[in-house]
Amino acid sequence: MIKKLVISSKNVDFLNKINELSGETITLCDQCGTCSGSCPMVSEMDITPSQMMRMVQLGQMEVMDTKAMWICASCFACTVRCPRGLDLAKVAEALRQVKLREAIDHIDIKKIPEDEIRRLPQIALVSSFRKFTG
Amino acid sequence: MRIGVYVCHCGGNISEIVDISKVVSFAEKQPDVVLVKDNPHMCSEVGQKLVIDDIKEHKLDKIVIAACSPQFQGPTFMSTLEKAGLSPYVLEMANIREQCAWPHFNFPEEATKKAENLTNAAIAKVRLDEPLGKKTMPIGRRVLIIGGGIAGIQAALDLGDAGFKVYLVEKEPTIGGKMSKLSRTFPTEDCAACILSPKMADVLANPNITLLTYSEVENIQGYLGNYEITVKKNPTYVDPDKCTCCDDCTEVCPVVVPNEFEEGLTSRKAIYLPSPIAVPHSYVLDEQACLGIFPLACGKCQEVCDPGAINFDVYPEEIKFTVDTIIVATGYDIFDATQKSVYGFGKYANVITALDMERMIVHASEGNPIRPMGKRIAFIQCVGSRDEQVENENCSRICCMYATKLSQLLKRSDPTRDVYVFYTDLRAYGKGFEEYYKRAQRTGVKFIRGRVAELIEDSQTRKLTLRVEDTLTRQIIESEFDLVVLSVGLRPNEGTDRIANLLRLAKSPDGFLQEAHPKFRPVDTLTDGVFLAGTVQGPKDIPDTVAQASAASARATRLMNRGEYDVEPVMAFVHEESCDGCGLCVEQCPTNAISLSSRDANSDKSLSPKVAEINEALCKGCGSCIAYCPKDALDLHCYSNDQLLAQIKAVLADKKNGEVRVLVFADDMTTYRLADNVGVAKMSYSLNSRIIRVPSGSRVTPKLMLQAFAEGADGIFIGECEEKSSPYPHSVSTIKSNISKVTHILKEEGIDEKRLRFVQFVTVMLGGFVNNINSLSDFTIKSGPIPAQKRKRLGENINERLFK
Repeated sequence: MIKKLVISSKNVDFLNKINELSGETITLCDQCGTCSGSCPMVSEMDITPSQMMRMVQLGQMEVMDTKAMWICASCFACTVRCPRGLDLAKVAEALRQVKLREAIDHIDIKKIPEDEIRRLPQIALVSSFRKFTG
Repeated sequence: MRIGVYVCHCGGNISEIVDISKVVSFAEKQPDVVLVKDNPHMCSEVGQKLVIDDIKEHKLDKIVIAACSPQFQGPTFMSTLEKAGLSPYVLEMANIREQCAWPHFNFPEEATKKAENLTNAAIAKVRLDEPLGKKTMPIGRRVLIIGGGIAGIQAALDLGDAGFKVYLVEKEPTIGGKMSKLSRTFPTEDCAACILSPKMADVLANPNITLLTYSEVENIQGYLGNYEITVKKNPTYVDPDKCTCCDDCTEVCPVVVPNEFEEGLTSRKAIYLPSPIAVPHSYVLDEQACLGIFPLACGKCQEVCDPGAINFDVYPEEIKFTVDTIIVATGYDIFDATQKSVYGFGKYANVITALDMERMIVHASEGNPIRPMGKRIAFIQCVGSRDEQVENENCSRICCMYATKLSQLLKRSDPTRDVYVFYTDLRAYGKGFEEYYKRAQRTGVKFIRGRVAELIEDSQTRKLTLRVEDTLTRQIIESEFDLVVLSVGLRPNEGTDRIANLLRLAKSPDGFLQEAHPKFRPVDTLTDGVFLAGTVQGPKDIPDTVAQASAASARATRLMNRGEYDVEPVMAFVHEESCDGCGLCVEQCPTNAISLSSRDANSDKSLSPKVAEINEALCKGCGSCIAYCPKDALDLHCYSNDQLLAQIKAVLADKKNGEVRVLVFADDMTTYRLADNVGVAKMSYSLNSRIIRVPSGSRVTPKLMLQAFAEGADGIFIGECEEKSSPYPHSVSTIKSNISKVTHILKEEGIDEKRLRFVQFVTVMLGGFVNNINSLSDFTIKSGPIPAQKRKRLGENINERLFK
């Protein structure tokens, strides 16, 4: 079924938030697709990088439920080639931050057995906190 | 001196707010004023007749009209004065409508006071007005056209046909430019060479056109009506009158080099015909490629040349001539695709430019293909255009259509071919373009929306795999092609920079040359008598280029046809007795109008030391030079130091103790008009402000600013036209430098530098004007008047302090 896209000031709020977090002016994207064609991970993504940019432009919050930004390896191929000089890696990071700042912990420290905490390297714990947040 | 003052009611527009009788009785009390009258409509026939009759009857020699803006009815009253036998420049208008009645309609009493005050300033200025005459300068009928592409050809033919003497200079051995390389032209698919070659022949046949091919403009000096040109003509070693183009010479020539005309796709000999439709139609010898001329190392061509056209004993020639106007038509170069390394141009064998494809199609259609093209051909759009990565953000405008053309020519000549165009946006904006795009789609060319990310070459087959997102379906395409054509954008021709420097022409941010005004002077430049034609001004297609070339010819004709042209007498002049020949001003003049001369203007004897001399054909009357003279030797007609100071004193004359006053120096072109627009809109602004009209903000010298403060100004505001639309080059930087000098002295005296402000305006910034004036006025009210002691010190030893 074809979904209707509603454009309202709420959408603009989301765009502004990502603009602010990334420091990029996402409305500058003219959807040429250079990023997607350059992306080494695009075959693993559910939406293309240019689609991610489009969804942010239109303030479609559904972009938060897509996987592309998590698959982005921050190789910067898109960034160095973007004809409009946009840093897509920063946009992807901004989207990740939005999710992370929801601060939903999937790991409950209390539930980790004490001797396991003692045995695990601390960096592994920190990494998994970040990975399993949001 | 007998001054006549007229106060206009403007049918109530003024008289309903301003008490006319008070203004009249005020004016009557002023010295030198012998007659004051008021009239409901000064600009009407009756009003004008009144002035003419009074001038004759009462022997008036100066006129003040207190009415509307001089921008509005100034020209009317100037011609009134002329009709009465006076100079049009002994007129001053007090703008009591736009600056009193309209903005201050809520304060009739204050508006009346301000009207008296402005009338006083007009009287003060008119006393010092000089009875200048209208000036004209002689001009001839000679024009230099730089560049022999289609723009230069069109301009040369237009002007040559109209009877002007044309010098057409082309650096290549043939005229015709890029157009002569094209296969067909979009959207009509005319054969480019077929429609161009008759025009090229016309150039040669036109008795008014002197064609200088293989030549470069070495130097340009002078000004409108007197440009002295030096052209270097390189030797071709072949006499075009004797050469029969028999081709015997190329057969014996042992040197093989890439053929530029064929974009290096084929080779040529050191002696060659520059293009199949070359004009002049003659072989030329490439000195660089030839085995050697001094001493002669080979000479085989000369041996076989039957008509004896080849002569090695020739040298570069320096040709000097003088012209009155110049048309710059130096055109473009294609974007260097090697800069876009992801497409591997120059590295991958099957990646070519669109210009290469033009030549390949020409040869293929002649049954003489240069190279195989394969079955699968891809066009990549926007190569070197709209791309920050190669520092070129503009759209090259022609690539969409030439790719549409080339792709369908390829598809039509072999329908089994797969031809794809990968584009970002398809811009079919011109006449017949959309229909032509549709025709390509009908032919079977496939258009895919996506900018190609990269090309990968198979090292065995040398085929190319192209990676791109189809942005309409969000799928990644990875597909193999036999040939990839790069639709390269347009860059300014490499020769343009030198010409631009010689003529002091400005560049747009994209590197192409800047027109004088983007809307109303699209082919003029800010250098008088220099015009732009074709792609030197920006990417454009052939019809636009031809239209612009004809426009440039018409603009040049407008100047040259009458034999003389009018110049405003607003020009700098030198008080020779004060000038010590230091030359500081010479460097500062933005139009090179000042030089040091030993010639005395009034007698034949020579002066020592030399004094500054103003070239009236070059001076634009901005007055920026005056600020740089430590001896007060420079001045400006119509806005002299004495006149401006008299105005300053007059507008400050009725200032009461404890009151503050802000002087607004408004440039004629923008800020003054803007203030008028504010008045027309009945927008109110501070009653403390007084507007003084100047040609440019750069006319307001540091000395005048200090004098204004010393005389009683509490704030000074300088309004100037936005830099990009200013008729005066570098005025903004002069203003900034002037302000910094004054700021320095204000600081020394412990006066807040915020009392001096500068803003660049456009004429529609009504709110901006009001806010800026009010803000400065509020600031001065809050800070209070400048103490008398400090004022006194500002007025002392001004030149010593400014030039120490």
